[in-house]
Amino acid sequence: MAVVSANSTVMNNVEAVRATLYEALRNDERTLILGEDVGARGNVFLITKDFVGEFGERRIIDTPIAEASIVGIAVGMAMEGLRPIAEIQFADFIYPSFNQIVGEAAKIRYRSNGEYTCPLVIRTPYGGGVRGALSHSVSVEALFYHVPGLKIVAPAFPADVKGLLNTAIDDPDPVLFLEHKKTYRLIKGEVPNGHYTIPLGKANVLKEGAQLTVVSYGLYVHWALDAARQLQEDGLSVEVIDLRSIRPMDKTTILESVRKTRKLLIVHEDNKFGGIGAEISAMVAEEALFDLDAPIRRLCGPDVPAMGYALPLEEEFMSSPGAMAQAMREMVKF
Amino acid sequence: MDLNQRTEIEERHGLTDEQLRAMFRNMLLQRQLDNRGFQLNRQGKVPFALGSEGHEALQAGAAMAFNRGRDILAPYYRDLGLCLGIGLSPYEIMLSIFARAPDHNGGRQFPNHYSSKAAGLMSFSSILAAHLPHAVGAAYAMKYRGESGRAVLATCGDGTTSEGEWHESMNFVAIHKLPFVMLVENNEWAISTPLDKQMAEPQIWKRAAGYGMPGKRFNGFDPIETYAVVKEAMDRARGGGGPTLIEGTCYRYLAHSTDDNDMTYRTREVVTERRKQDPVPAFEALLVEHGVLTAQDVDELRKSVLQETNEATDAAEAQPYPSAADLYTNLYEGAWQPWQS
Repeated sequence: MAVVSANSTVMNNVEAVRATLYEALRNDERTLILGEDVGARGNVFLITKDFVGEFGERRIIDTPIAEASIVGIAVGMAMEGLRPIAEIQFADFIYPSFNQIVGEAAKIRYRSNGEYTCPLVIRTPYGGGVRGALSHSVSVEALFYHVPGLKIVAPAFPADVKGLLNTAIDDPDPVLFLEHKKTYRLIKGEVPNGHYTIPLGKANVLKEGAQLTVVSYGLYVHWALDAARQLQEDGLSVEVIDLRSIRPMDKTTILESVRKTRKLLIVHEDNKFGGIGAEISAMVAEEALFDLDAPIRRLCGPDVPAMGYALPLEEEFMSSPGAMAQAMREMVKF
Repeated sequence: MDLNQRTEIEERHGLTDEQLRAMFRNMLLQRQLDNRGFQLNRQGKVPFALGSEGHEALQAGAAMAFNRGRDILAPYYRDLGLCLGIGLSPYEIMLSIFARAPDHNGGRQFPNHYSSKAAGLMSFSSILAAHLPHAVGAAYAMKYRGESGRAVLATCGDGTTSEGEWHESMNFVAIHKLPFVMLVENNEWAISTPLDKQMAEPQIWKRAAGYGMPGKRFNGFDPIETYAVVKEAMDRARGGGGPTLIEGTCYRYLAHSTDDNDMTYRTREVVTERRKQDPVPAFEALLVEHGVLTAQDVDELRKSVLQETNEATDAAEAQPYPSAADLYTNLYEGAWQPWQS
């Protein structure tokens, strides 16, 4: 980490997650972390490196390999006044805890009519492009964004990681915090010093443009930005929106942009069918169909279980800045 | 131990006459409320009811070992007597059955899915064993905050011990020596599936050794023995001695629920035979025999329990349903839309 000014520090996404968790543990005795290999190993990505030495095994809990109870125990802690941060080592391993997230955490407040609450953060690294194969590369957001009672965040930049993770930790309801693992060390950026929060449900217009709106989140935000800048050199003007938060999602920013550019392209790594893009498309069709000059287009993951280990299989699954630029060009010229 | 064969209350485990009477009254109240739920269903007044008949002694005894205002109960849906025993009123039970607005859950949950933060009763769903990690988390919170003298009493039926989260919970509480007691109410039935189709080793308590914790089996038809075993385990947990697995044997006399027909998988004769061990008349006989209660006391108790049930029924039925607008409240803190504008 390099301090570039008195007010900010350059970090990658791993460092931003780590710094934010560190601050939360320092500031609130009710906060603790539980997950697989978060103790002496310091998490497989070194996010909790040295935490156990500083905060002790009571607060940095190396759990047995049992994802359902990692989340379930965190739910119980949250119901009884603690502020647990549960970690699922890879998003692919979240399936055994599906009921605890969807059937329990999301319903605690609702089913007890507000008597009990579940202020819980579940962090997990997701996404591909890292040779993660079928079980270390999936995107899980679409499985959860259907569920009332949950909030879902998927930041792309270190400064957003910090502000949104702080918000998630403060939130009185369960938040699924998705960290794209390829961005962990690839993406660096200035992170303001000191405590700050970014509200959930506020998208970020990363680049303004006039001829096309591109909506994305996670790793693909960076690629979409690269692609939009390529087009800029050819005089084509593309607006790029980083959703940052998937549930709640920022309707206003999307609609304002679409009404201006009159064209919408959604790019995400997760499968196209039933994905986040489907909901955005439906919303825009309901609210702004007659403002559109072209059919909505989605550039998303293919309808296969996940990317294979062999490089051609991964490359075929993943999009690229080039493919995004091509789709943008076609949309602008439509 | 067959209570009918018992000639004296050999060991009261410190229970006073007043406590013994309270346990018996709890048992009578359980049965009365259970019957009322089934009656209301047959009258078409409520869509569903679920009974705990056969569990009365076990639950009255276990509840007596619970310290109100300190311990936490993480029950399952066949725990009417435990919930009464830790302080829920018949009126609260009836609000749950009638799904009325003042119900703790606002009429959202099935009957018998009680919840009361004030009573230390953790909210739970119908997904079996899903509540156990929550109970573990609560026990962790107690230990984390250094709250000695408190413990979590978690319960489940025999069927639930097949769930993965049952194992995960037992494993975790043992590793961390949490103030936790796992009370299995073994009534031999998982809806229609008998014990021998649930597990090859029917003595569930023996699993304790595999987790590295003490385990014990007891006669759940004997409320005094139940109290003693649960209290021993809870005291160990409260004192920092870690978790215990205890298994109380009992029997499910009624069908699983008002929507179940148990005659499709067991015979009337079998149930009638098991009824001979019914813990409610057995405990009554014991208390009368030893002068803790007179026959007249029993009559008066029955009358007061019936009156209390009637009053609770009428009072709850008179309450309004939640309004349609209540469907949308208490999902998150504050107002909510998935689309933010």
